Amino acid sequence: MKLNFHENHKLLFNVVFWGFVFLSIIIAIAPAYNLNEIEPTPGLKPMTPEEFKGLGVYVSEGCLYCHTQQVRPLESDLIFGRPSAPGDYAYLKPLDDLRMTPAVLGSERTGPDLSNIGNRQPSKSWHYIHLYNPRAVVKSSIMQAYPWLFEIKDSVGENDVVISLPPDTAPKEGKVIATEDAENLVAYLLYLKQAPIKGLNNSELFSSADKNSSGTMGQNLYNSSCASCHQQNGEGIPSIFPPLKNSAVVDSDNAEEHIRIVLFGSKGKVIDGVEYTSEMPAQAENFSDEEIAAIINYERTNWGNNGSEVTAEDVKMIRAERK
Amino acid sequence: MELTRPITVSKSKIDEIIDEDSRLTKLIYHYLLSATAWLIFGSFVGLFLGLKFIYPDWGNTAWLSFGRLRPIHTNVVFWGWTSLSMIGLALYVVPRTSQNRLYNLLLSRQALYVINLSVLLGVISLFLGINNGGQEYREFTWPVMLLFALGIGANLLNLYKTVAARKTREIYLSNWYILAAFIWTMVVVVIAYLPFYQNSLGETIIQGYYMHMGVGMWFTPLVLGLTYYFLPKLLNKPIYSYSLGVLAFWTQMVFYSLIGAHHFVFAPIPWWLQTVAIVFSFGMFVTLFAGTANFLLTMKGSFRTIAKSYSLPYILVGVIFYFLASGQGSLEALRSLNKIWHFTNFTVAHSHLTMYGFVVFLIWGGIYALMPRLTGNEPSHILVGIHFWFALIGLLIYGFALMIGGTLQGQSWIDGLPFINSVELMAPYWLWRAVGGTLMFIAHLVFAFNIFKMQPASNKDFVLETAEESV
Repeated sequence: MKLNFHENHKLLFNVVFWGFVFLSIIIAIAPAYNLNEIEPTPGLKPMTPEEFKGLGVYVSEGCLYCHTQQVRPLESDLIFGRPSAPGDYAYLKPLDDLRMTPAVLGSERTGPDLSNIGNRQPSKSWHYIHLYNPRAVVKSSIMQAYPWLFEIKDSVGENDVVISLPPDTAPKEGKVIATEDAENLVAYLLYLKQAPIKGLNNSELFSSADKNSSGTMGQNLYNSSCASCHQQNGEGIPSIFPPLKNSAVVDSDNAEEHIRIVLFGSKGKVIDGVEYTSEMPAQAENFSDEEIAAIINYERTNWGNNGSEVTAEDVKMIRAERK
Repeated sequence: MELTRPITVSKSKIDEIIDEDSRLTKLIYHYLLSATAWLIFGSFVGLFLGLKFIYPDWGNTAWLSFGRLRPIHTNVVFWGWTSLSMIGLALYVVPRTSQNRLYNLLLSRQALYVINLSVLLGVISLFLGINNGGQEYREFTWPVMLLFALGIGANLLNLYKTVAARKTREIYLSNWYILAAFIWTMVVVVIAYLPFYQNSLGETIIQGYYMHMGVGMWFTPLVLGLTYYFLPKLLNKPIYSYSLGVLAFWTQMVFYSLIGAHHFVFAPIPWWLQTVAIVFSFGMFVTLFAGTANFLLTMKGSFRTIAKSYSLPYILVGVIFYFLASGQGSLEALRSLNKIWHFTNFTVAHSHLTMYGFVVFLIWGGIYALMPRLTGNEPSHILVGIHFWFALIGLLIYGFALMIGGTLQGQSWIDGLPFINSVELMAPYWLWRAVGGTLMFIAHLVFAFNIFKMQPASNKDFVLETAEESV
């Protein structure tokens, strides 16, 4: 047997095969095996069966082609949450015998990162509207609409989830009802909450990125957590999400009610004769006093509003009301 | 007088017709025909997807939704078009350079049916929303991919046996690359579909490995192997340096295998893995310089021949894109540049510049070189030219639009602007992308017509022969 690659095909192709197998073990199989089981990030809950089914819808509809679930340790990614840690992915496993572990990390960010969307956008109503027609809540969105995740019914059953839509988006007749797939998908999206990690607190990262200007922090937080409902221009969505611009609560001398609504949420309010049925989620758990003060001050001093400003102390006092 | 100069250069007609076993000719033709059908379908889906960025409410039904069509586009052009066309060409090149007959015609014909079936089933299941966990380029579920692997495995066996029984002493360089591509791909597919190490982040590691090797250990070596045959053959002179080709071969195997993780730079996977990937991404410049220099130095002094030929310009473009686009890929791995370009449309530009500018142009060069010589039927030179220019200009528009747009997208994020800003600013670039994509699609229609023109003389014989084969 000649030790000559040019003339001995067995030798050549054996080296080609075993060499590549060897390299693949070092660079892929071994490190993958090491990360096959990870300790979950403390505080991260496993998915409920509904949420796991929702992940299945997320995969089937290809959400992960446009949305990442990895916050990089870069300043530009902080609006999405704290940098992702390996433990955040500990509960991922194959969907069934046919399909492998979902590749939720993604490779493309045509839409925003969703690692922490359950915290950043906790409003169920918003998610349903957004899935039914993204452009109803984000004007220049180019996201795919998912009308097949909804049904239009004339009469509403007892357990039906009815979607309230802005007038120009709603169908002419009948009510829009979420299918089970839509309910599961929204349950999964709301499940996506980053468990806090000490030393990786978002507000610490924010303030180290921008030490002196709490205005910038307020604006960033507003844009990433409030603007999807109340819109970047503060005008809201007619009859679904109330405007903050010229609002009696926001553009006022006394900020107490404003702070209360942000901290504890609100539902079914009648403002200027319009009843807002979609729920404003409580934000007390999501933000520190400092962050809430920054958001509120941003809202009170923009879009022509001229309300009085608040301090973290004020927020702290009102937060204590419900402890 | 200047004004009367024709706008086209007259191309020389082919100088020889190869007297080849007509059954092999038909087999190759059927590989190319299937491939072309997948190209038309796959690139039409791609074009439609591109238009959805401009008209997001087009096709608001499950089957026409972005999330389901996107994997159909990528998998069809990968496994249907590019793979089948390259295998078709390899079925000629391997026996030819081994001065031997193909070991078993029937085996490769059955493999063709199996691969087509696999892609068809894959497309149907993707339409139904059944994908393999959204793993890019491995969206086909394991039963579907098993069929594909059977088709690749059968061809591997066939080509290996052909090389093993060769009538030459040495194994020609083309066959190193071609056979290795089949071997590596079998390994990659097996590793990618075994589930034992793919929970939680294990999946991400394998995905980085797979999406990289699926491209770089299949398309790249296979098409380079074909080019190591077609280029010297068309120029009627030996390759500039055989040893450079060997060097590029071994570095491809060692360096390229190690760089899959550069698709997950800054992700929460081990830092050492990312660093190794980045370092060897730069190691790839050795392979790249060796390969490109070898091709360009072979072409040196023959540019008149290239201008006169209608297949060589495709190969020239392919070689240039091989260098530029692969080099671009290595640069994208650098942390400083990755910061700007990762997650943006820049990566979409990159994948098209490589898969299309490099791989597909070389395939077209091979097809236009081989088919007329096998069948004696030449396509219209003007139409080959229209195909060439529409594809090239379309690709350049596509690539530049998304490279510029992608850079602005990344900059918008770094500047801390609201996310929607990065969507709004892309509007004109997505429009230009659609313009480029339309030109590319028109080129494919012209190419399909040319393929039709190059068909073997009579299809009647073929019906008889298949009947014979099955006896």
